[in-house]
Amino acid sequence: MTLLSVQDLTVTLATNDGPARAVRDLSFTLEKGETLGIVGESGCGKSMAALALMGLLPSMSKTTGRINLDGKNLLEKTETEMCRIRGNRMAMIFQEPMTSLNPVHTIGHQIMEPLRLHKGLSDDDAHKETIRLLDRVGIPNPKARIDNYPHQLSGGQRQRVMIAIALSCKPHILIADEPTTALDVTIQDQILDLIQTLVREDGMALILISHDLGVISENTEKILVMYGGAAVETGRTDRIFEELVHPYTQGLFAAMPRLGRARSKRLVTIPGTVPDLISLPAGCTFTDRCPLATDICRETPPPVIEVKGQHFVACHHVEEARARKTEELFS
Amino acid sequence: MVGGTMTLFLLICAAISLFWTPGSAYEIVIANRFLPPSADHWLGTDQFGRDIASMLMTGTQNSIVVAVVAVSIGLFIGVSLGLLAAARRGWTEEIIMRLSDFSFAFPAILSAIMLTAILGPGGVNSILAIGLYNIPVFARLTRGSANAIWTREYVMAARASGKGRLRITFEHILPNILSIIIVQATILFAIAILAEAALSYLGLGTQPPEPSWGRMLNEAQTLMFLDPMQAIYPGLAIAIAVFGLNLLGDGLRDVLDPRLSRKR
Amino acid sequence: MSVFIAKRVLTLIATLIGASMVIFLVMEILPGDPALVILGVDASESAVQTLTKELGLDRPPLERYISWITGLLQGELGNSYAYKVPVWELVQGALLITLPLAIMSIILSIVLALVIGLYAAANHNKAGDVTLMGISQLGISIPNFWLAILLIILFAIELRWLPAGGFPGWDEGILKCLTALLLPSLALATVVGAILARITRSSVLEVFREDYVRTARAKGLSQRATLWRHVLRNALIPVLTVTGIQFAALLTGTVVVENVFHIPGLGSLVLKAINNRDTIVVENVVLLLATMVITVNFLVDILYAVIDPRLKAHDI
Repeated sequence: MTLLSVQDLTVTLATNDGPARAVRDLSFTLEKGETLGIVGESGCGKSMAALALMGLLPSMSKTTGRINLDGKNLLEKTETEMCRIRGNRMAMIFQEPMTSLNPVHTIGHQIMEPLRLHKGLSDDDAHKETIRLLDRVGIPNPKARIDNYPHQLSGGQRQRVMIAIALSCKPHILIADEPTTALDVTIQDQILDLIQTLVREDGMALILISHDLGVISENTEKILVMYGGAAVETGRTDRIFEELVHPYTQGLFAAMPRLGRARSKRLVTIPGTVPDLISLPAGCTFTDRCPLATDICRETPPPVIEVKGQHFVACHHVEEARARKTEELFS
Repeated sequence: MVGGTMTLFLLICAAISLFWTPGSAYEIVIANRFLPPSADHWLGTDQFGRDIASMLMTGTQNSIVVAVVAVSIGLFIGVSLGLLAAARRGWTEEIIMRLSDFSFAFPAILSAIMLTAILGPGGVNSILAIGLYNIPVFARLTRGSANAIWTREYVMAARASGKGRLRITFEHILPNILSIIIVQATILFAIAILAEAALSYLGLGTQPPEPSWGRMLNEAQTLMFLDPMQAIYPGLAIAIAVFGLNLLGDGLRDVLDPRLSRKR
Repeated sequence: MSVFIAKRVLTLIATLIGASMVIFLVMEILPGDPALVILGVDASESAVQTLTKELGLDRPPLERYISWITGLLQGELGNSYAYKVPVWELVQGALLITLPLAIMSIILSIVLALVIGLYAAANHNKAGDVTLMGISQLGISIPNFWLAILLIILFAIELRWLPAGGFPGWDEGILKCLTALLLPSLALATVVGAILARITRSSVLEVFREDYVRTARAKGLSQRATLWRHVLRNALIPVLTVTGIQFAALLTGTVVVENVFHIPGLGSLVLKAINNRDTIVVENVVLLLATMVITVNFLVDILYAVIDPRLKAHDI
């Protein structure tokens, strides 16, 4: 059975200016041990989608659709039942390692907490397991480090502790929301490698969320590109990189700085800014910034078209997008 | 809004009482003592036959004068010291801040007790005591917020362009922390009214026959068994004044500094 | 940790010395000759001079300051000018009433604050929260001595449940004494409790928005468990700061409220001393009150380090 199957997930936030659809009609599946990358600019709804999976959205939000974990819809579960799933079957790593750990508790205490809660380990066993976990995430001298407070650790080390917390109960799914964005470039790769290794060793499924197409392409088997709360392009990573179709994905790729590119070539930027979620058009969310946009884009949600095997694009003008080169689209 | 209205109401009461009161707040008419509320005496009379409503109105004047002067003392000296500490840093800041640490051991009433022990009881002394207490409060707040502004980019830019510390203080620092200071002043105004009432209640503040809310409470207390209502009115007046000012302070904070209000 | 405490202890001592100097200097400027107060205005010139010498008032200020402080450390405060009894006796009796009153009030206010603050935060923006915050806004605005009078009118005059004032003395049994202190401490605790409740509420709400609270929730902790294990300790830090500041207000509040209830504590003592121009009593009581404020702030500093491990790191 499919491990995780998300259907028509929609998250609506109540704001002062009216309801904002942070996530609209998002659907994807995740098999055991599979890795999925969700990519998009900040504010595109990718973090909201992740929090919706965990059931941790702020109280002034409404979630509809289905989130089936092992065939059971999480949205129908009670808060108590969700508590048993969070940290146990599904775990999450956040963007800000500097502020994601409680400053007044030792890191050992914070890693032991889910072990006691979900696995019912005794203090002694939890302590031993914590040392093993610290060692596993690459914290040197874990026996001494276990009594450290978060402020005594560097950002990279704190993220390693966060990973240890997330992995402590051997979850089936690990959600990593921009796990390296706040870290130094040199440490980013180490942390990503660590996540990769651990996910493979434990046979976990991974949802990696990033604004960085490069990070996603190197670390995941499947990709979901989000814009304005909606999925615009999904599919197997290798297929998508064979041919980027959606104008937004093309723009995102073109905007990525790469080594070896001719110096004279300027980086491409997508004109306009990330849209205001409240005033998005009813149709395609990318309409206002898309060079191919026509009237139909604004009014009708785009059809999802399979361009090749396991490569889907939500666009009214797929053929035209495929025909034009990126340089022609954005110049 | 509500706070503003209540504060305005008090100011109007005080202003009216300057030239008109429903009865006399001073005249002692023994024959008229303990009169119940009536058209002539809105809230009745006290044990000396003085009109309670008039005393309350005149008392408003007294409270406002004490609070304005006391807060002004704290405001001018405290803010200047705070600005100086932030502008000069180093040992100037150290001295000013250590001194203000000290004075925290002497709350308004304690310093008033010392002052009255020296100078004898009186309205002026209570003003001085409350004012002295306000100085370190303002100094700390000013220095803290000013230090934060000094590290901003636009101040860096001003320094880089060769402007002096004094000029920067008045051009950039003061305007930016003004809203915080105004909010704090409103709150200290409320505290000053409370402190003045407490001191007058103890007999250390405003002296008879000048009506003051604290004094009225003191006199009413001895008559608690006879006429408990007399003990209600002055306290209510103080509570309304302080409540109004506190609400005004919160309201001003919302208007002047939305960033702060969200944190509350 | 020991470095941290040593530093704080040094600050404590320095502040105490500073405070005593301020008090001494202020009293120095005092017009009015204590000898004249003791002997009465009609006393002869020579009698005044003899007494001045006897009291040691003719010595230079520095010498008198030092002898005051050394006396203090030995529990020798000299005799009251007005009552001709050792100041220490007067102060001791009063302290044994004021201190329990202050402790009762601060405990009562903290309990009030935590219960109301936590309830309001848990029901953020619901009817209970709005009502409680409205009441607490009122509570902040009520002068404690007026509240004391209202409490007397209600509980002593109308309902006749509790005594209107006075203090039976500790020989009469602890229960009787605590009953006598109940209304005064309620009057004091309402105001301070209202302030602390507001701080508790906003502090808890603020901590609930922190990233590490989301981490705790992502671990599978329930809302309630998160509150107790992760939010409360962090939220207590600002509450503690304000408690330290409010203790000073509470202590001076006792001075006023004691007078409402005719309780012979430090407040009543110092007021009588002012009226009697009994400066030696005033200066010692004021120092005592200041010392209590300073000590409480010292304890707050130490508690900080216990609650927040980051602070210790700064000093070591």
